[in-house]
Amino acid sequence: MPALSTAQQLHLRSLLEQGLPLTSEPYAQLAEHIHSDSHSVLAAVQQWQDEGLFRRFGLVVRHHQLGYKANAMLVLDIPDDAVTAVGTQLAEEPRVTLCYRRPRRLPDWPYNLFCMIHGRARDEVEGEIAALLARHQLHSYRHDWLFSTRAYKQRGGHFAASPTQGHGHG
Amino acid sequence: MDNAARALLNRLQLGLPLVADPWGALASELGQEPEAMRQHVADWLADGTLTRFGPLFDVARMDGAFTLAAMAVPEERFEAVHQQLLTLPEVAHNYRREHALNMWFVLACTDAEQIAPSLKHIEQITGLAVFNFPKLREFHVQLYLPV
Repeated sequence: MPALSTAQQLHLRSLLEQGLPLTSEPYAQLAEHIHSDSHSVLAAVQQWQDEGLFRRFGLVVRHHQLGYKANAMLVLDIPDDAVTAVGTQLAEEPRVTLCYRRPRRLPDWPYNLFCMIHGRARDEVEGEIAALLARHQLHSYRHDWLFSTRAYKQRGGHFAASPTQGHGHG
Repeated sequence: MDNAARALLNRLQLGLPLVADPWGALASELGQEPEAMRQHVADWLADGTLTRFGPLFDVARMDGAFTLAAMAVPEERFEAVHQQLLTLPEVAHNYRREHALNMWFVLACTDAEQIAPSLKHIEQITGLAVFNFPKLREFHVQLYLPV
């Protein structure tokens, strides 16, 4: 199958940024737009997926609309030599929706592992945090959690590609 | 939402099969009609349940530089400082959180060299210290919010 030219790849990416067509053969439709064939398009998409260009390939849900109205940022102070192992474990927990290692800012901020946890209500999120800490035996590490009480809309939004995950980037 | 719709929404959160006929693959997996499934997705996009169908590009892999930043804003100045940040196009998301560091926002710049001056600018216009929490490592999650 012919590989896509650079121009075709760029065109395909800009089309995909608008979403996948809701048709029975979405890749054939995309291929028509870029004057290629569905095999080449699918191969390019598969390659980008393998290279990690996509965070995921499916849906972006609006948490609030699904009833997930509460979120907290769980932060922990994990020794540097253990933080990768703990972060990897916590990222596998279904309710952990983002997990990052970030720098401490002593003395104001002793925490180096940041996890976002979503739930339908505040007590559910608190219960989930308690369960996570117990399951992974993290109670002895200094930790805190910060509930979000309000999300402010910004006017700019020139990086609109990831509306539900933006608070985790960086 | 009926059981079929629920099953579809949960299944699609795990990812769309990367095949020429993804709806055919899902139809045999879920026992639902392709046309009906596409209609559900169209409805969810229309009513705002979904903001996107298809690939979600990893912005960190694309052009641009990002960081998470936080400030301890005195309660009586919170709204005013929020208004100040609203005027800055590089402030992408702004969350109020329950902590001494009560304002958390993402800074999105076109390149990494702009992050430090941009944070400095925020410190200057607000008179408040800005704590910078750049990502050192991301642990990949499977986002899944069952309905």
